Amino acid sequence: MAQEQQLRVVLAKLGFDGHDRGIKIVARILRDAGMEVIYLGLRQSYKNVVNAVEQEDADAVGLSMHNASHMTLGPKMVDALAEAGLEVPVIVGGIVPEEDVQPLMDKGVAVILGPGASAEEVAQAVRDSVAAMHATQ
Amino acid sequence: MPEQPADLENTDLDGTAHDNTDPSVDGDDRAAWQAAYDATRLRDVPFETMSGVPVDPLYGGAPYPGQYPYTRGLHAAGYRSRLWTMRMFAGFGTAEDTNARFKELLRAGGGGLSTAFDMPTLMGRDSDYEWSLGEVGHCGVAVDTLADMEDLFADIDLSTVSTSMTINGPAAMIMAMYVAVGEKKGIKRSQLGGTIQNDILKEYQAQKEYIFPPRPSMRIITDMMKFTSAEMPKWHPISISGYHIREAGSNAAQELAFTLANGFAYVEAAMAAGLDIDDFAPRLSFFFNSHSDFFEEIGKFRAARRIWARWMKERYGAKNEKSLMMKFHTQTAGVSLTAQQAEINIGRVAIQALAGALGGTQSLHTDAYDEAMALPTEDAARIALRTQQIVAHETGVTNVVDPLGGAPYVEWMTDEMERRAEEIFAHLLDIGNDSILEGAYAGIDDGYFVGEIADAAYRFEREVNEGQRIIVGVNEFTEGDDGERNLLRIGAEVEEYQLKRLQDVKQRRDSDAVDRVLAKLKTEAADSEINLMPTMIEAVKTFATEGEIVASLEEVFGTYVEKVFL
Repeated sequence: MAQEQQLRVVLAKLGFDGHDRGIKIVARILRDAGMEVIYLGLRQSYKNVVNAVEQEDADAVGLSMHNASHMTLGPKMVDALAEAGLEVPVIVGGIVPEEDVQPLMDKGVAVILGPGASAEEVAQAVRDSVAAMHATQ
Repeated sequence: MPEQPADLENTDLDGTAHDNTDPSVDGDDRAAWQAAYDATRLRDVPFETMSGVPVDPLYGGAPYPGQYPYTRGLHAAGYRSRLWTMRMFAGFGTAEDTNARFKELLRAGGGGLSTAFDMPTLMGRDSDYEWSLGEVGHCGVAVDTLADMEDLFADIDLSTVSTSMTINGPAAMIMAMYVAVGEKKGIKRSQLGGTIQNDILKEYQAQKEYIFPPRPSMRIITDMMKFTSAEMPKWHPISISGYHIREAGSNAAQELAFTLANGFAYVEAAMAAGLDIDDFAPRLSFFFNSHSDFFEEIGKFRAARRIWARWMKERYGAKNEKSLMMKFHTQTAGVSLTAQQAEINIGRVAIQALAGALGGTQSLHTDAYDEAMALPTEDAARIALRTQQIVAHETGVTNVVDPLGGAPYVEWMTDEMERRAEEIFAHLLDIGNDSILEGAYAGIDDGYFVGEIADAAYRFEREVNEGQRIIVGVNEFTEGDDGERNLLRIGAEVEEYQLKRLQDVKQRRDSDAVDRVLAKLKTEAADSEINLMPTMIEAVKTFATEGEIVASLEEVFGTYVEKVFL
């Protein structure tokens, strides 16, 4: 059972956006699903997230976005991780209009979870994106 | 005993009777109610049903509307004299765009302006700050310097309009700019009328748009209360807001309790600073959420008025009747809007608006159905306004004051909301050594508020996820979503314009004067005996930016970083 190794996920809010209801729920969902969650909190910089991924040896990064700034912040986070040589999937949750989904994926975001994603879908999305990242390595 | 609500009103939760020694504010005087009703000028509409059946202004007995503890409303005639104000909050773009919209609104007969600021402005940062990129002018107007504020209110007579400004962390700087704009137009401070949200406690608890740590923030707010009490009698220096607490995930009783506790905390802070409660309390106002559980919301609104009146009179010793009367604005629950089958949100908003009306709100904002995904389109905002107009003009609920008063379930729910709120107040008094203000600080510090809110949010989410709670279009009745969305998009031009404008202002101003006034502000910030408002006004007049003033104060006060609680 390769799946038995506990996944470690860094969660963060970037920039000004203070809507943290969703990310705190996601943190508990992932914890309930047996993962280790490192929630960094609000107003994080790309550098803080990169450092946390390095220090915690994390398997995935989850970002929550509710301020329509996903097209700026999402790709920059992907680039910052790549620059640091870290191969971890970036999962974006929150408010992302349908027409932004493909452009964000094209820029390297692994999964986008919209409103109404169930607890199972959230946990499975993390497992799948980590597995997919390893498969391409 | 719903048929004897007067007894309920006069009994404390511990069973002890209230001592209503002042008969003029006791809620069981029918003759006084009748006299007040008869003296009220009514709207010129027939107060009868759609079928022509005439209806009385009031059914049931005490406590009468317009009498302590105001469970049934603040005024004897309710909406018969005046409907609630339909105040729709909106705005994006440059100061000039918003100014054009303001003037249009005033031409159309509106007497009040409502200002939304963009995220950088709300966070006390300038448009050229690192994180501002992509946010400038998006969810409101960008204000960096006095020049922007002058554009915002150009050709508007600030002595006759009332302006509502939704901003908290940097409220003092924005209020200083408003005063300065007034002065440049030759309008005295005492003539300026309006409201600034300025409710910093709920920022630490829910909305998270804080700048400084709680205690220095409260010092600034106390300075503002003193300043407005002395110099701006028409200004409302604080709007105590539960809306954001609910949006962050709290339940109804927590929204009620945290909000009122924050109100009590401001009262305690102002009294500790030497202000007379009856000098400032009449100018406090509140802002609540209206969610989908109809009777729970109505009970919450009714309980809010009653709790406020009791605490102000009995705990804080207010004498002026106006200090006891809770006025509140209501907004329908943004968090209840679903991205799935967005059109059905119109139904939710209608029910929530009706609850606000039956709860006796003074003003109401109805959300647009497409707001789950983006700022509202113009069409959706129009439908939202029309929805509350239907409630006001077609349903007949405005014919009778507190039409649900006396109904067993409604009275029970009102009592239950109060009971649950009192439990929370008891906890705050416990952790605050008999002070709600200290309890608020302690609860922020130990994660009580954010923990309670996160627990409630998770519980709700789990119930939806497990199908115990049905959300139409989300976990049931999901057929029929065509996924078509027509969303409002904001271009990058506003950001480019604003950045250039900020640069221009910085080049034109006297930078030595800016440095001098910022140094003075820092010195004064270190001395809590000095009121910061006069120097704040001086600072904005030099065209010091909002971000520069904030950064100067951060050197003295520090920057708040939230502890992470999960």
